[in-house]
Amino acid sequence: MAVKDYLRQRFFPQIWCAGCGHGIVMGGMIRAIEQLGLDKNEVVLVSGIGCSSRVAGYLDFHTMHTLHGRALAFASGVKLGRPHLKVIAPMGDGDALAIGGNHLIHAARRNIDVTAIIMNNSIYGMTGGQTSPLTPFTKRGTTAVFGTIDHCFDIAQLAKGAGASFVARTTTYHAKEMIKMIHDAINHKGFSLVEVMSQCPTYYGRKNDLGAAVDMMKGFRDGTVRKGSKKLEEHPEFVERGVLVNEARPEYVSSYMDLIEKLRGERENLEQGAASR
Amino acid sequence: MKTNIKFIQGNEVFAKAALYAGVQFYAGYPITPSTEIAEILSEVLPKRGGKFIQMEDEIASICAIIGASLTGLKAMTATSGPGFSLMQEAIGYAVMTEVPLVVVNVQRGGPSTGMPTSVAQGDVMQARWGTQGDHSIITLTASNLREAFNMTVEAFNLAETFRTPVILLFDEVLAHMREKIIIPGPGEIEVVKRLRTSVPKGTNYHPYLTREDGRLPMSDFGGVHRYNVTGLVHDMWGFPSTDPKVAYDLLHHLVDKLENHAELLARYKKYYTEDAEILLVSYGSSTRSALHMIEARRKRGLKIGLLELQTLWPFPRQTVRRECDGRSHVLVVEMNMGQICQEVKKAVSEPDKVFLANRIDGIFISPVDILRALNMIQGKGV
Ligand code: SF4
Repeated sequence: MAVKDYLRQRFFPQIWCAGCGHGIVMGGMIRAIEQLGLDKNEVVLVSGIGCSSRVAGYLDFHTMHTLHGRALAFASGVKLGRPHLKVIAPMGDGDALAIGGNHLIHAARRNIDVTAIIMNNSIYGMTGGQTSPLTPFTKRGTTAVFGTIDHCFDIAQLAKGAGASFVARTTTYHAKEMIKMIHDAINHKGFSLVEVMSQCPTYYGRKNDLGAAVDMMKGFRDGTVRKGSKKLEEHPEFVERGVLVNEARPEYVSSYMDLIEKLRGERENLEQGAASR
Repeated sequence: MKTNIKFIQGNEVFAKAALYAGVQFYAGYPITPSTEIAEILSEVLPKRGGKFIQMEDEIASICAIIGASLTGLKAMTATSGPGFSLMQEAIGYAVMTEVPLVVVNVQRGGPSTGMPTSVAQGDVMQARWGTQGDHSIITLTASNLREAFNMTVEAFNLAETFRTPVILLFDEVLAHMREKIIIPGPGEIEVVKRLRTSVPKGTNYHPYLTREDGRLPMSDFGGVHRYNVTGLVHDMWGFPSTDPKVAYDLLHHLVDKLENHAELLARYKKYYTEDAEILLVSYGSSTRSALHMIEARRKRGLKIGLLELQTLWPFPRQTVRRECDGRSHVLVVEMNMGQICQEVKKAVSEPDKVFLANRIDGIFISPVDILRALNMIQGKGV
């Protein structure tokens, strides 16, 4: 299928600013899903609120645009309700880590088979450039014009600590790598998280004199290194890209289906979700 | 048929009734005095192929049941005041996206942590107006466990029929008391199934296009129709819209679909109202004391009756007006500072004749409390 076959044409033009990184992430998601050969009816996108959350509406899957921060809680209900579905949650950094931080760590802890794709642009874009829990120390936003004195999360380390069984990090500059990571994350059985460092030239770029979108992407190229590379040893201050966690652990919904099977002496029809229907 | 007589606790009755109504998915977070509902369903649901999940908080709980309901499962959660407060934003989302679900709120003393193990009925207005913006919602209650069973089944039925969240506003006394009840056999009470679209695969399905009879057939998430669900103002496709006409029509649809059926949705009971000069109006567990007091007074020749409301929202204005008008006094009995009393005053022709008998100190209102209030309004002193 062509990329446009996954788009809801009547939803366009989209709302993103010129140069915004979210379109690149959306493109990466489409290509990963295409490579996986998933039927459109098998895929559910559950998003929260913010610039990144608009991904859900633009794509021709089962889509839910929910509440700020709550995407993973809704997604958990969908996944447990119909276990055969591929449930993907496109989120922003404020969405996933501030208001939604609790749901993120608990989805990771449960190891529920949902894929979180966090577009990290270090800022609240939709509300106009306020600092987020991913704004690095001393960087500026409209609520920290003198530079923030808050410290930021390391999403990957947080997810790993909370129990996510697949964690990867990349950037919008590394589009091919991103497609592969999203592909593998969706394929992974358990909670998977892909952090994609994405540019918001309109607010984060402007507030912090980072130049245009292209300059910001060059910054991703020059400020990150592949996991295990020599360069990382020499420059530990660089951000590490790659699949940082990938392990097999019991997945929540499978464990629940096992429990049902044990109690009832029969395997549930996954398609149906519940025998009593 | 084998009679199924049980002497059981309120929370167990709510759980059994939910199962009778076909609940398939429960998500919740522990909170007194509703926790037993979760405990029971965590054990029973998987045995029936249903799903139970203990979430990280009440916000996550209600979000999860909205997601599950969209996949086609009958879903519910249960909580109490503080948890109910946390759920309000998502209740609004369910109203806006027209997702059927049931929320049990076993009320306790508030505000805030209040009195976790004491009885109160202070969440009546929160059930109505807890989430922001103009909207309507169904709220049901009951005063004994047999009726609580019926109302719970009714809640699921109305949620499906009207595609709306339904609140079951019970209270600590009802949840923790034990009463003998006969569990109805299959088929004895009607159970409404989800209305699914008959639009075939490959044909355009409009998730928010109202049918001629006012109903909106659903399509399960993960089924053959892909559509968008959003809390934004949306058109019949479920796509966001800023068109003023779309916004106007949607708001009216959400409110009118329930408010225009307020009398159809009105569930109530009348006791000794025929010749009553004085009418008590009550609901939930406080009805029990009201009825007790009336029966004692009747023996002394006092012409007094009772209207028990089982539907609180949409408020059954016409019923209340019809039943209250022409009485010498109307006394509203409730365990809050007059939340339903104010509604009764708004509904009747002579609001000056409407008085309040209440308790707000965590002590269950007694027949003596009600009698005292009655004596006072009749000028007989306390
Ligand atoms: S504000 Fe920033 S994040 Fe939002 S669309 Fe514009 S560039 Fe993208």
